[in-house]
Amino acid sequence: MKALLALLAFLLLVPTALAVEPSERLSDPALEARARALSTELRCLVCQNETIDESGAPLAHDLRVLLRERIAAGDTDAQAVKFLTDRYGDFVLLRPPVEPATYLLWFGPIIVLLLAGSGALLYLRQRKAAAPVAPLSAAERQRIERLLEEES
Amino acid sequence: MRRALFLLPVALFVAIAVYFLLALNPNRDPTLVPSALIDKPAPQFQLGGLEGGAGLASTGLKGQVAIVNFFASWCEPCRDEHALLMGLEKQAGVPVYGIAYKDKQPDTERFLKQLGDPYHAIGVDENGRTAIDFGVYGVPETYVIDKDGRIRKRFVGPLNERQVTRELLPLVQQLQHS
Repeated sequence: MKALLALLAFLLLVPTALAVEPSERLSDPALEARARALSTELRCLVCQNETIDESGAPLAHDLRVLLRERIAAGDTDAQAVKFLTDRYGDFVLLRPPVEPATYLLWFGPIIVLLLAGSGALLYLRQRKAAAPVAPLSAAERQRIERLLEEES
Repeated sequence: MRRALFLLPVALFVAIAVYFLLALNPNRDPTLVPSALIDKPAPQFQLGGLEGGAGLASTGLKGQVAIVNFFASWCEPCRDEHALLMGLEKQAGVPVYGIAYKDKQPDTERFLKQLGDPYHAIGVDENGRTAIDFGVYGVPETYVIDKDGRIRKRFVGPLNERQVTRELLPLVQQLQHS
């Protein structure tokens, strides 16, 4: 039973295990932490919706090693990332920069929300402002009573 | 004004339909990464060669239009484009250089012995660093470099006849005369 539980726990852990291999890690934990943080923001170009941190593609391995080399050589985070965007473009950034070409991407949802919200507001206000229904006239009331009597 | 409001959903539908239509274009590959190096100087490199070859260096490309092809013996699509590459140097009238990407030298040599060697010269990029400098993310990739050593075009994946006649050859011709 214990063995089974251990196996289950292991299997649960497997999917979250990352592709960073022990041989790739930097010996300095502070630098390694920086490299890890950066690599979770960088797109693997082979498996395009994975970060290079979690991808098993050989190119992702190369980029992880390269990133660590840059950091070990004294690059700041920005310099190390620029090294990659110089080669692969902003596409490697999983969080695209805010610039005119990406305004629609960043602000589109807010714009849609504002448009839909103001549309809904206008509609609701219009409904409330609609003229109240006129009360029944005496003749109408008599007719209803007559109809009701006929039914019963 | 009210009528315009009723037309809004129609306009929205048309906009979305046009977008989908464009996205459905069978020639469009959404996984294609645009090159960050277009019109920028090609990276510096100095690569050793195969048995008996002199290797390849970025300085050797200067002053002429050049085609640079990244390939590997283990790469299946490279075999697909190989026949096309065999005649390319003659067709284009400019040297076609090969860079062997993350390949073992004996394997590259066997590959070229079996299928023929289409390259003017070959550089061996065993650790793939030169490829990363070019922004390569899979082989084969083919680059057109102008006389000033700037990258003018990148083809991702195996070249086909259509790309060669419609894009590559006209570009090479234009660059040669500029």
